[in-house]
Amino acid sequence: MDFEPKLVGFLCKWCSSAGADLAGVSRKNYPSNLIPITVNCSGRIDVSYVVRAFHDGADGVLISGCHPGDCHYNSGNYKAWRRVALLKHVLEEFGVNPDRVKLKWISATEGEKFAQTIKGFTSEIKELGPGPYNDARERE
Amino acid sequence: MTGKPRIGVFICHCGENIAGTVDVSSLAEEIIDYEDVTFSTDYEYMCSDPGQNKIKEAIEDEDLTGVVVAACSPSMHEDTFRKVAESAGLNRYQCEIANIREQCSWVHGEDGGSPTKKALKIIKGTVEKVKRNIPMEPVEREHSDKCLVIGGGIAGIQAALDVAEAGNEVILVEKEPTIGGHMAQLSETFPTLDCSQCILTPKMVELNQNLNIELMAYSEVRNVSGYVGNYEVQIERKPTYVDPDACNLCGDCEDVCPVEVRDEFNQGLTTRKAINIPFSQAIPSSYTLDTEACLGLNPLRCSECADACDADAVDFDESSEFVEEEFGAIIAATGYNLYPKEEMGEYGYGKYDDVIDGLQFERLLSATGPTEGEVRRPSDGKVPENVVFIQCSGSRDPENHNSCCSKICCMYTAKHAKLYKENVPDGNAYVFYIDIRAGGKDYEEFIQDVREEDRVLYLKGKVSKLKEIDGKLRVWGLDEISGERVEIDADLVVLAQSIVPSEGASETSQELNLNLGPNGFYKEAHPKLRPVESLTGGVFFAGVGQGPKDIPDSVSQGSGAAAKAIDLLSKPTLSHDPQVVEVEEDLCSGCGICVGQCPYDALEVNSREVAEVNEILCEGCGTCSSGCPTNALSLKNLTDEQLTEMIHATLGD
Repeated sequence: MDFEPKLVGFLCKWCSSAGADLAGVSRKNYPSNLIPITVNCSGRIDVSYVVRAFHDGADGVLISGCHPGDCHYNSGNYKAWRRVALLKHVLEEFGVNPDRVKLKWISATEGEKFAQTIKGFTSEIKELGPGPYNDARERE
Repeated sequence: MTGKPRIGVFICHCGENIAGTVDVSSLAEEIIDYEDVTFSTDYEYMCSDPGQNKIKEAIEDEDLTGVVVAACSPSMHEDTFRKVAESAGLNRYQCEIANIREQCSWVHGEDGGSPTKKALKIIKGTVEKVKRNIPMEPVEREHSDKCLVIGGGIAGIQAALDVAEAGNEVILVEKEPTIGGHMAQLSETFPTLDCSQCILTPKMVELNQNLNIELMAYSEVRNVSGYVGNYEVQIERKPTYVDPDACNLCGDCEDVCPVEVRDEFNQGLTTRKAINIPFSQAIPSSYTLDTEACLGLNPLRCSECADACDADAVDFDESSEFVEEEFGAIIAATGYNLYPKEEMGEYGYGKYDDVIDGLQFERLLSATGPTEGEVRRPSDGKVPENVVFIQCSGSRDPENHNSCCSKICCMYTAKHAKLYKENVPDGNAYVFYIDIRAGGKDYEEFIQDVREEDRVLYLKGKVSKLKEIDGKLRVWGLDEISGERVEIDADLVVLAQSIVPSEGASETSQELNLNLGPNGFYKEAHPKLRPVESLTGGVFFAGVGQGPKDIPDSVSQGSGAAAKAIDLLSKPTLSHDPQVVEVEEDLCSGCGICVGQCPYDALEVNSREVAEVNEILCEGCGTCSSGCPTNALSLKNLTDEQLTEMIHATLGD
């Protein structure tokens, strides 16, 4: 059976969630693997959520916020940027491929980019195979 | 909250928009078995009156403690459904939207995928959130009654006048030495052929005389902080080196000034002096010394203007003045520029003197222009016998230039051709066009009149080549209607040059955190339903900065933005979103990491060595709560517990 990755996407409500809405309005088709969770700001993402998502069986996690300089709250996206960079190092230490976490800047006007990002991320994770706890869960 | 949560889930078909790809009835059947869901149903249009009543009745009959409406994006109807929840006795924050249209049914289907499965997960996640939501009441706060208008073109003028007429104080900031914008440069306006300055300048005077309006010309917005209702803005008033109160417009300074530079008002068709007034009806009506052109503001090098001024109005020692003001609302009316010559390789624009743009032609037609309204070409002053107008120059050309339609060019080109024919009855006017877009009131009739009565020859097709041969501009093109190649030896070529947002748009967007669309125009909060609002609270748009538009549309939008600003300013207090961060003091170590993370200075470590939140300043981004090492901070209704449970629910089967 084809591997269908389970993906979670944390979307900033001011930009990327609106970009996802625009992808909808423009009927840009993309795979349905990623479940969006809209948050106030990419800065709201505690990196422990990403770890939690992997623990719950996610194969990949997307965090999408406003372009640098465009944060609705001035600088939340810069904080997300730093936190994710650090997280990737930690994940690597624990043997999790850091490419399973993607940080993207997608504005409210970039519906096409949103659709392309989900398409690309879904196929990248397909290549990587099941996530760290997905395997374990199946063995249980 | 006491007792177990009782959550109702309402699934909207949105006609076929959701039901076409998502199996809505199976969703309703499956979700009823989910923990804490005690009611579920689906309906054709939840936003309709009967749909809203279903929600209301269920809340009352089933004693629901929370509601999930699975429907379109929260940007569409979150407020609608929260009002319904309120009317049935719930707190508005006990209603949440599961977006299963824009982010699900509309984007999955054709390629297979599992929209129904995805919709169920989105709904489950939303149930986990709403059942942990706490009731919240808005925080009331004071606000400033003043309005800032950025840009003094016709849209900004209209907006400022309307806001001022309603009794609010306005500061209008204009970058240039005068207000009036591009409209001041135009000769006549389509389709009525009113003289542009004759209808504009009374408005400029009215603005200047309005006691509620302070005009800050030759000024720029330098720094903006704060939020809706309380924006703190720093404005730089640049030195004009001329005291406007003393200046009596005699013009002696201009006569003696030895420096001549390109005259922007005449689009470079003439020159002006370093000390100048853009046009005679300029407001403020005073001279400005352009330091870029001046020999150096140094009496040792040149002080001709100061020496010639009998009124002693010239002062070389003037310097920038920085003004700090607080505003409740801001209207961005930053306008447009023509797509720059440097970006165009085609049509000899910038290469041949007699290839000019639409605004230059306006100046040639204008009674106050360099030729006093006689059409004479720039190179030798000759009256052109053959004039070729090229539409869509730089517009509708996504491969090379701008993808958008500039909207005004079809009409102004027709006007140009008509006015040329009136000026030179024996002359020939040719218009190359792709399509004629004359959608405004009385516009199509105007175009028909120009084609039939003024005998302007319209050629459907693009110009393929333009070259100067023996003093003539040879234009090659194709007329798609006859299918024939066309060659015209023109004396003058006028390009309907694409319009682009002014530099002010990108500067303003950065200061105010506004989004710009692909062509650089401001992105509105909703393209159809909130066209004058930005996503930044209290910031509104007027004029071409938001997208190409003509004068009536700019004026309408100026009034629209003003109405929105007045609505906001007239409220006795503003309610601040209650979704703010709260501190669990027992967990707080007083480390102060959060203080540095907050972009709004809303956090401090108090005398008891614990973090304290200023609820008025907190904007609810939650960045501090993610940075807190002891989890002492939490964002109301988007807590750690809520997010982890949402993640868990969306990853389950």
